Amino acid sequence: MTMFSSKNWREYPHRYRLEASKFKKSGKTYFPKRQIDPVTGDTEQEMVILPETGKVVTYTVIQIAPPQWGDQSPYALAIVELTDGTRLMAQMTDCDTTKVKIGMEVRIEFRKVQAEADHGVISYGYKFVPKWY
Amino acid sequence: MAGIVGYGAHLPRHRIKVEEIAKVWGADAPSYKKGLMLREKSVPPPDMDTITLSVEAAKNALRRSGGVDPKDIGAIYIGSESHPYAVKPSGTTVAEALGATPDIHCADFEFACKAGSEAMFVALSHVDAKAMPYALAIAADTSQGAPSDALEFSAAAGAAAFIMGSKNLIADCLFTHSYMTDMPDFWRREHQFYPQHGGRFTGEEAYFAHTKGATSAILKKAGMKPSDFAYAIFHQPNGKFPQRVALEQGFTQEQIDPGWLAPTLGNTYSGASPVGLSATLDVAKPGDMILMCSYGSGAGSDAFVWKVTDRIDEVRDLAVRTKKLLEENVIYVDYGTYAKYRHKIKKNA
Repeated sequence: MTMFSSKNWREYPHRYRLEASKFKKSGKTYFPKRQIDPVTGDTEQEMVILPETGKVVTYTVIQIAPPQWGDQSPYALAIVELTDGTRLMAQMTDCDTTKVKIGMEVRIEFRKVQAEADHGVISYGYKFVPKWY
Repeated sequence: MAGIVGYGAHLPRHRIKVEEIAKVWGADAPSYKKGLMLREKSVPPPDMDTITLSVEAAKNALRRSGGVDPKDIGAIYIGSESHPYAVKPSGTTVAEALGATPDIHCADFEFACKAGSEAMFVALSHVDAKAMPYALAIAADTSQGAPSDALEFSAAAGAAAFIMGSKNLIADCLFTHSYMTDMPDFWRREHQFYPQHGGRFTGEEAYFAHTKGATSAILKKAGMKPSDFAYAIFHQPNGKFPQRVALEQGFTQEQIDPGWLAPTLGNTYSGASPVGLSATLDVAKPGDMILMCSYGSGAGSDAFVWKVTDRIDEVRDLAVRTKKLLEENVIYVDYGTYAKYRHKIKKNA
């Protein structure tokens, strides 16, 4: 399935390295990267790497998962505000869904996100784990 | 000589106890615990593999490196017997995740449990040859043991990473020695899911002959004796073998203790002695001498003599300590969950 492998490849900068755009005029950071600041129309930006810790803003628990995540259900999907104020959504892992709470501290870890069965490309990226150290 | 500029480990949080495996197969847990000197082992969850363990261990090594720019790393070598792909390198994914591409050399190494120390050996050689300022060696595995086999009680997961360089060292590599013969003690043929082994034949002629061969040769080369070392780490297929090989050669329990992780970690294969070295560096003092000796079936041992520098005190707490990953916040799983996580259950596609 070449469509999946090329899409996966194009997303490496943000999925693998948390690369984001910080625009000069507004000072705002967008993740994933954007060409133009949607508020100011500014195109002058620098690439920044997001911090790896933050707090859960809100979450939901997935009981009936799409097939590629079926073996992992139930799991939580959380929107997390990182220490620089950027918000992003990802799966929570290594985490009992009954213990997820708004405000809990999390850390980003590099994990397997999905794979095309046993034969296809493996997609890697960021997930949240409870911050315990 | 070149040495370690940054080091770090990563371990899964999940564990399974020997009793939990034994009850499924009607095995006698107390005799396995005594025979293997092993109480529990780490279990990788479904979203963790050799690549993800390698990335996290390498990030910890970068945190302790004093600001090494990933772009200055000239090579990334990953030693593992559980690379996620049969054809497609682990190293390029790790290099991409660390921001070390594209001017870099990547290779995946395999040599049963010795692939990690092999990566360390080659990375040190590149730096010694002045071919590059830094080379990153990673030892990682999510090893598999066949259901009900003795190996199932020990096959575990973990990783350690070492950035080799020539200045700003944490540990100077003073000597290396490698010792190999053709030994059919453990193998996995192409397309086979689980490895096979020679049972008791994996002991005297295999593990002990090679670890002792490498150790006695490097001690002779270095003009040193066991009491000259603060610490020693031997490959740990279980808790018993590394303890026995250490004591029989004149090392003490105190010397192996910090890096003797198998009793609660299991056998992390390529990761075993490198993760032990990471745990030992976490407690080492400037000036300490450390002996490390790997073992990989097939068979061979790579031995290293490390001398710890003053920089250890500045860097050890710049990343999480290995023992903390091993001992705190663990999640115990039952055999059913373990079987699901390790793909031991047949499902419809």
